[in-house]
Amino acid sequence: MIEGLLTSEATWLHFFIYFALTLLLLLIVLGFVTYAILAERKVMGFMQLRHGPNQVGGRWGLLQTVADVLKLLIKEDAIPRAADKPLFILAPVIAFTPAFMVLAIIPFTDRFQFADIGVGLLYYIAVSGITTVGIVTAGWASNNKYALMGAMRAAAQMISYEIPLVMSVIGVILLTGSMNLNDIVLAQESGWYILWQPIAFIVFFIAAVAELNRVPFDLAEAESELVAGYFVEYTGFRWAFFMLAEYVYMFAMSALITVVFLGGWLPLPYLGFIPGAVWFALKFMVVIFLLIWFRVTFPRIRADQLMEFGWKVLLPVAIANIFLTALLKEWINLF
Amino acid sequence: MIRTEEMLLNVGPQHPSTHGVFRLVIKIDGEMIIDAKPVIGYLHRGTEKIAENLQYTQIIPYTDRLDYLAAMTNNYVLCHAVETMMELEIPERAEYLRIITMELGRIASHLVWWGTYLLDLGATSPFLYAFREREMIINLLNEISGGRLTFNYMRVGGVKWDAPDGWIEKVKAFIPYMREQLAGYGDLVTGNEIFLNRVKGIGQYTKEEAMDYSLSGANLRCTGLAWDLRKNEPYSIYDRFSFEICTADTGDAWGRYQVRIQEIEQSLRILEQAVEQFPETGEVMGKVPKVIKPPKGETFVRIESPRGEIGCYIASEGKKEPYRLKFRRPSFYNLQILPKLLVGQNMANLIAILGAIDIVLGEVDG
Amino acid sequence: MSEKDKEQLKKEAAEKARAAAQRKREEREKKKEKSNDSASEMPQTTEDVTSNQDLEKQKAAAAAKAKAAALAKKKAKEAEGTETEPTANQDLEKQKAIAIAKAKAAAAAKRKAKNANENGDSEKAKAIAAAKAKAAAAAKAKGKITQAKETEVSEPITPSPQQPILDRYLNIVKEHYKDDILEDSYINRMSKHVPTIVVKLEHYYSLALLFKQHSGLHFEFLSELHGTDFETYMEIYVHLYSFKNKQSVALKVKMDRENPRVDSIASIWPGANWPECEAYDLLGIQFTNHPDLHRIMLGEDWVGHPLRKDYEPYDVEV
Repeated sequence: MIEGLLTSEATWLHFFIYFALTLLLLLIVLGFVTYAILAERKVMGFMQLRHGPNQVGGRWGLLQTVADVLKLLIKEDAIPRAADKPLFILAPVIAFTPAFMVLAIIPFTDRFQFADIGVGLLYYIAVSGITTVGIVTAGWASNNKYALMGAMRAAAQMISYEIPLVMSVIGVILLTGSMNLNDIVLAQESGWYILWQPIAFIVFFIAAVAELNRVPFDLAEAESELVAGYFVEYTGFRWAFFMLAEYVYMFAMSALITVVFLGGWLPLPYLGFIPGAVWFALKFMVVIFLLIWFRVTFPRIRADQLMEFGWKVLLPVAIANIFLTALLKEWINLF
Repeated sequence: MIRTEEMLLNVGPQHPSTHGVFRLVIKIDGEMIIDAKPVIGYLHRGTEKIAENLQYTQIIPYTDRLDYLAAMTNNYVLCHAVETMMELEIPERAEYLRIITMELGRIASHLVWWGTYLLDLGATSPFLYAFREREMIINLLNEISGGRLTFNYMRVGGVKWDAPDGWIEKVKAFIPYMREQLAGYGDLVTGNEIFLNRVKGIGQYTKEEAMDYSLSGANLRCTGLAWDLRKNEPYSIYDRFSFEICTADTGDAWGRYQVRIQEIEQSLRILEQAVEQFPETGEVMGKVPKVIKPPKGETFVRIESPRGEIGCYIASEGKKEPYRLKFRRPSFYNLQILPKLLVGQNMANLIAILGAIDIVLGEVDG
Repeated sequence: MSEKDKEQLKKEAAEKARAAAQRKREEREKKKEKSNDSASEMPQTTEDVTSNQDLEKQKAAAAAKAKAAALAKKKAKEAEGTETEPTANQDLEKQKAIAIAKAKAAAAAKRKAKNANENGDSEKAKAIAAAKAKAAAAAKAKGKITQAKETEVSEPITPSPQQPILDRYLNIVKEHYKDDILEDSYINRMSKHVPTIVVKLEHYYSLALLFKQHSGLHFEFLSELHGTDFETYMEIYVHLYSFKNKQSVALKVKMDRENPRVDSIASIWPGANWPECEAYDLLGIQFTNHPDLHRIMLGEDWVGHPLRKDYEPYDVEV
């Protein structure tokens, strides 16, 4: 349906239908963020012998995040006097927009996808890189040393981990012969890529956690070192935008991992009667849970160790994986 | 042409990882620290000056507020100093109660350190695990003293309150529980690769440097020097218990971590023996004159607090108030080596080094 | 360039401000001195630099006076404290107790007399008896205490187990110094029998160095350093420990109260750095050759040194 809209005539009606669908996705994403935050707090609570939110919105604290967002909305919008004002205002926008843009190419089911482009995977990685520009802008515009250090860390981390991230999926691309995410999902009907490409999955997952700036790679906002890192000067809704960007990325990255390695909406054998959307959601939630679990378990890695790990371990492993995959493919083709 | 500049960075006094109001002015090149200057005194309350106008019993609550994580040892050092001057006899039961409360306090203090140190390193969960166990200790101490943090429990000549019924049994039950949890801590953190990478070889110094800088406690023992006042200059009734001095030979943050974790185990051993030998009956307050007037003269005693060697100097004129009271505060001495350790390190190591020293600002500033 | 200029300007401004502050402080002091001239028991806080020579002279004179006065006072106090307290004081107390008891008894008797028509004599007698008994008990208690004190005093003093160690220290010191550099040396029984050595001010540093380096002493651990204001003099108390010989020593040095100045031992034990800063901050003791002497607790703008006995709390806001 969406595909049809894209290729159809550019009329106002089509525009509004498309706009409404996008709005729907935005609402879904915002709803996800609301409950992802709650889920994270609840899961963390259970793992840390606490209850987590349990006051606002019944026993499960279902309205806690809503209340938090409301609070953020009515907070004073403080901009430091010495800050670079235009950049300071622009930075959260730069950080958030790409987070939402990358969602366009994710095939949630075989029909619910906004843009089925040929270089989907490349698009995701390219666009998600822009967020770092927003982070660096925020760090610079805040005119705060901690913010600047956080921004620099974020930039360094992005450069170090974008490369193994891309390198690791090359194995998948080799096997599929396409960068289109739909093709990648369909190629997994004979078996998910987590089975064919386990090394790629591990490298990709680690690099993804680093991309998301989450524990143990949360150097850019390391609370105990840099207070809050790049958004230390942000308050209210501007701050919320960074948080939003972070969780939308978590959404997008989990969706990408589901698509690339866990077979997207494809069901497990003999369980095909369950709709694809449910399968997608289940796999997606497993990834999210894993990310939360990571956060509760690990201490933070140090900046230099992070670089070392990225360049000296992940990158060679990813390259070796490409080599291995290429050999394997040739060998299979031979027979 | 790229021009780089040194940056002056103010860490604290309001920084999440300075454990209080500690300020550190560092000069950094990128993330590399090239100079560090600690600034203290934000929590200076003039305890020593206030004490000059107070009677000895009135000073005890002030000692609670020095090292507020291990208030029992602070209580004790003052009482011990006065008792040494007056050559008082302490009843058995009181001595045991003192040992039990002090060792419980030591465990609680090390637990807080363990939790907050891991928090400094970015791991959030251990903190909550540590506080679960600490809460139990705090409840035990609350039951016996009526306070959760500032106990004001010991008095010159004994302790203020006898153990309530069943209290000793509760302590007895706590020991095996704590042992089990301690093993869990090992599984959770001690073997973690990221953690080991963060602490091994960080903030390293030699035994000679440690002695030169007057370090004490785990900061000294991590260099391999088996020095524990409980063993080497036994005070109270520590000579009745068998326990080991925990040492490590690495002299780095990892060594300090190991020493403190082992010390929890040793404290449990002491506790085990103490509750076993605990006298059934007896006084908890010795024969002490109503108004405590140590004779004219001066004394200096030192004991082992969780943070190191805590000392108390009293100059008395034979009056109700001390003429001069001075605490040797281990955190204050231990912190001195910090600038030396920081040069050449990066921001992340700063937190790891500072945390490993284990300071309590109430004690640093006096 | 411009930054440098700026900095220079800043510096100059700061210096100006400082100078102004200094001037103000001096003026204030002058005023104080005038008002305090007659009652010179209150010694002035020693400020380091004064351009006015007269002022300094005056100060010195005042200080000397103050010192003398304080000394006299202290002596008097001590004399009182040591001599009169155990005997006269107690007698007094005893008398007091007896008097109180008597008064009580009398009051009771009076009351009884008023109600005489209601009650018999027997009660009166009882009351009197009770009062008497009380008084007797009080007297007894007093007697016991005095007795106890007397026995304590009369106990023969056994030599301390640490005495040979102190002797050994003294021998080593004698070997290294021709003349007598010690003011005093004794065993402090109250402090777990620690050998205590009081050294003359000018030999403090060299003796500290000897204590650290001599193989027979080898005090490599500085456990504690602090100062005390004893009103007639200032004292630095250093507690040293030798891990090698498992022995400790207390090293003391006394100095002039008005201009307390002593060599820093932070170059011998780096651990003495902050404690010396603390002593400087809270007592105003100057440590020469200290690597970084600053007011570690209170900050550079604090007026006065709180642990001095004549410190006047000064707070603008109160």
